[in-house]
Amino acid sequence: MAQKIAIDENGYYGDFGGAYIPELLHPNIEELRNSYLDIMTKPDFQEKFKLLLKDYVGRPTPLYLAKKLSEKYGAKIYLKREDLNHTGAHKINNAIGQALVAKELGKKKIIAETGAGQHGVATATACALLGMECTVFMGEKDMERQKPNVERMKILGAKVEPARSGSKTLKDATNEAMRYWINNPEDTHYIIGSVVGPHPYPDMVTRFQSVISEEMMNQLQEHEGKNNPDYVIACVGGGSNAAGAFYHYLNEEDVKLICVEAAGHGVDSGETAATTAKGSDGVLHGSKTLLMQSEDGQVTEPYSISAGLDYPGIGPLHAHLFKSKRGIFKYVTDEQAMQAGVELSKLEGIIPAVESAHALAALSQIDFKASDVVVLNLSGRGDKDLQTYINHGSY
Amino acid sequence: MLHRIENIFRQQEKDKLTIYFTAGYPKLDDTQTIIKALNETDTDIIEIGIPYSDPLADGETIQQTSHQALENGMNLNLLFEQLKDLRQITDKPVFLMGYCNNVLKYGTEKFCKQCAEVGVDGLILPDMPILEYQKQFAPYFDKYGLKNVFLITPKTSEERIRAIDELNGGFIYMVSSAATTGGSWQESPEKTAYLQRIKNMKLKTPQMVGFGISDYPALRLVNQFTDGAIVGSAFLRALDPDKLEQSVKDFISLMRSNK
Repeated sequence: MAQKIAIDENGYYGDFGGAYIPELLHPNIEELRNSYLDIMTKPDFQEKFKLLLKDYVGRPTPLYLAKKLSEKYGAKIYLKREDLNHTGAHKINNAIGQALVAKELGKKKIIAETGAGQHGVATATACALLGMECTVFMGEKDMERQKPNVERMKILGAKVEPARSGSKTLKDATNEAMRYWINNPEDTHYIIGSVVGPHPYPDMVTRFQSVISEEMMNQLQEHEGKNNPDYVIACVGGGSNAAGAFYHYLNEEDVKLICVEAAGHGVDSGETAATTAKGSDGVLHGSKTLLMQSEDGQVTEPYSISAGLDYPGIGPLHAHLFKSKRGIFKYVTDEQAMQAGVELSKLEGIIPAVESAHALAALSQIDFKASDVVVLNLSGRGDKDLQTYINHGSY
Repeated sequence: MLHRIENIFRQQEKDKLTIYFTAGYPKLDDTQTIIKALNETDTDIIEIGIPYSDPLADGETIQQTSHQALENGMNLNLLFEQLKDLRQITDKPVFLMGYCNNVLKYGTEKFCKQCAEVGVDGLILPDMPILEYQKQFAPYFDKYGLKNVFLITPKTSEERIRAIDELNGGFIYMVSSAATTGGSWQESPEKTAYLQRIKNMKLKTPQMVGFGISDYPALRLVNQFTDGAIVGSAFLRALDPDKLEQSVKDFISLMRSNK
């Protein structure tokens, strides 16, 4: 068997990970690193978390055999319906998990960054539920593109802070959240929404999202009489839904892991978020990973129609999946994603989030055998993207 | 032979002052002008900031100057080119401040070699952890005679400070409080207690205090407990693009004057 995919004691997956953080954040990160596994694995914590996932989030989410989609692409395609979660995406799994961790650590305030607003809404929701003060940092440009989610967060009682630095998108919202944490370290926990950031964040978020593949295994057993599909397909921005969908299959070599990145206007168009195609090794938001950068190490502004995939880096786990070739990476343009989103709506009556539509568009890039069992992680629903669908037209 | 930085800290009887500025700000070619002007002032150490797109530990002033410098076209090759005659211009110790990604992308060895060639004395990389320093950076720093500067904060444990003290850095950069750069300095019992606590540890590495220091009283205070002060954002705010040299000299006079 090839090298096992796992995180080491310093927070590295192979060459990627670690904790490149200003000394100012050291105490907070160290506290988290020393306690996250103990907290997460305590039976009463697990019980609380699982109960909320069941009764509040609505888990397990269905594993749905999409017959027409299967027919079209010549394989048995299941959709893991993360879009049916409360708040409309997989983000809530991690938000509730981390809010519970924050409570255990005695923190009163929560901060978060958000791109499309899904993680912001999920965090605002978890904070409303658990009675914590919530501030969400969001790029000024994203606040304009995702107005309904800004209002959702406000209705839920969260404060939304515009990030005005840099490119005014997700990367800058993350910078601003980290700066706020530097200035307010005592009573605040930072809920990072993806499998990025300094160790232990990538591992912690992956573990909270791993419920996705845990359920997949049980559900496939029911449907197919086996745990393992031939393919798991997921879109990758930072990579949290993919990390959750892959987790229990990382070391199951018969399962092909397909990571779909946003190519924007095309991988070589100069307007892309295809990190593994255009990126190189570097440090972003506290971890060593692949990122898009200039010759001089300046972080490049990414582009994708999908605010949730519009990120210049990728989680260290995915960087490792890329480098070790355990993951198979596909690139999908804005146009291909929008068409795939409309296609699923017409074929199956499900309007997917534009992020998830990228995963769907990758179906046409894979040469399936008729007997292949495929699970596509439908990470979110398209309600938030209605304006994007309207602007795109062609439906 | 003593390292240039070690000589500075031998001069006991004076308040020591490090000035930080962002390379390529206000204008692309101002780097040399600012170094020359600083050389004629009572500045002890010069810290040159490498502008970075994502300066996590920095507040608004340095974010803005970095952004402007990058817009002006600043990059590392150009910076090393501008520093080619550094040692004809000044004898003062010079440190480069940047983020890990600048160095990693440029190539750690190539970067260290360039620093040594132009006469840079050391580096300040605020997002570089001790572990990574030892693993990836220290061999090159040693090979090219560069000093590293580690940061500590009021929250850094004694054990960790002792570990940093063993790493033979150029100095220890004491962050004045839990904040990004460019905040305001308020004298408080906690701050004084922090300065006193570090003084009592009798570290072998000299210490300089930075973040939020912008005037003479703060400079005087931290020099009573430690080996000096670092001023960055306030200096950048004082720069006048039209009277650059004069604004540099005026600022240092102000920092040094008890009025």
